[in-house]
Amino acid sequence: MIALLARDLKLSMRAGGGALIGVLFFMTVVAVIPFGVGPDLNLLARIGPAILWIGALLASLLGLDRLFQAEREDGSLDLLLMQETPLVLTVFIKCLAHWLATGLPLVIASPLLGLFMNMDEVAIGATTLTLLVGTPAITFIGAAGAGIAVALPRGGLLVSILVLPLAIPVLIFGVSAVYAAIQDPAPFLPPFLILVALNLFFAVIGPVAAAAALRLSSD
Amino acid sequence: MRLVAEGLSARRGEDLIFRDISFEIAGGEALIVTGANGSGKSTLLRVLAGLLAAEAGTARLLAAAQPVERLAEAAHYLGHRNAMKRELTVDENLTFWKAFLGDFAGGAGLSVDEAADRVGLGGIVHLPFGTLSAGQQRRMAMAKLLVAWRPVWILDEPTAALDVAAESMFAGLVTAHLSRGGIAIAATHQPLGLDGVRELRMTGFTGVAETVW
Repeated sequence: MIALLARDLKLSMRAGGGALIGVLFFMTVVAVIPFGVGPDLNLLARIGPAILWIGALLASLLGLDRLFQAEREDGSLDLLLMQETPLVLTVFIKCLAHWLATGLPLVIASPLLGLFMNMDEVAIGATTLTLLVGTPAITFIGAAGAGIAVALPRGGLLVSILVLPLAIPVLIFGVSAVYAAIQDPAPFLPPFLILVALNLFFAVIGPVAAAAALRLSSD
Repeated sequence: MRLVAEGLSARRGEDLIFRDISFEIAGGEALIVTGANGSGKSTLLRVLAGLLAAEAGTARLLAAAQPVERLAEAAHYLGHRNAMKRELTVDENLTFWKAFLGDFAGGAGLSVDEAADRVGLGGIVHLPFGTLSAGQQRRMAMAKLLVAWRPVWILDEPTAALDVAAESMFAGLVTAHLSRGGIAIAATHQPLGLDGVRELRMTGFTGVAETVW
């Protein structure tokens, strides 16, 4: 399993792996917002957390369709399916590698992008923390979509559409946790803990659903 | 160790590709599956590898070195695609498969360098897999069979894209595998140069297959 994790990380670093594509997309989306919205610093600070979250959500959907499709195209998927190792575990490790390569860079880039949005330290810290907890959930949900669309050519957009409704709760609680941190009366912990719960929930459901979809799609 | 298939049938979409195929192979024996294009050779192999659900029938491995629930767990599958990543070097590819597949009970895989030597391509394992020629890629995919021990080899057109020398090299690999008590099932058009193998001739859409001894 360590070998699979290491291989997937290596692959994402090599040419065509696309580990940085997500971060670049994230940066592009957030960087153009101030130009579109205008130089109203208070407005930017107010919508900043939401923009960061939406950017991160879209960026993490970007490379998801390749999660299993690349494996299928070169025949590796057949071998992954045949092993004694439970497929759910294999899928979980692949998700983990995908998140480390594409999700974690988003989290690391978010403080810098928070500065673009004129956010203060508390807001930046809360956004980074919620992204750290929330983006794995998006990857796990996306794995289920990627498993369903694995046999479809050009299934990329389909994966995003399939996955988006399920990712909405993550977005809602992620953003509301950040606003709870910066606006005084609302407590930070309840939405944050729900976000953590969503993450754990999808860490189980996502790989199970993806494994079932992969088994059915093999032909 | 015996591989027993009983009454296998498979369906692709609406069509029954073959039905009621039964055979039994003991350790050290090979089964060559022949037949015209589209007669269901690949489908049969994918059913055996557990990648396609059988419509009816079962394929089991009996009296193996460790009890297996599915035949696939004790099998290598070499399909049309090589299951190697173009972006990684040959060494990284083979090291990954060696670690990920692990050895089945009752045998041990070769080291990566040894396996590359066996397929006649020692010394180029540092190259990215994508830069190799089609024939070299195929040979390296065969080296994958050697790095992790599996008693059953399921081979789909193993020698396509290979030159004559490579074919005889591959026949040597299969013979060595059989002499270790392994089982090989190969779908092929070319004669593999193996002695004393059994042949299963697929006749296609008539839905009947005959076993030739």
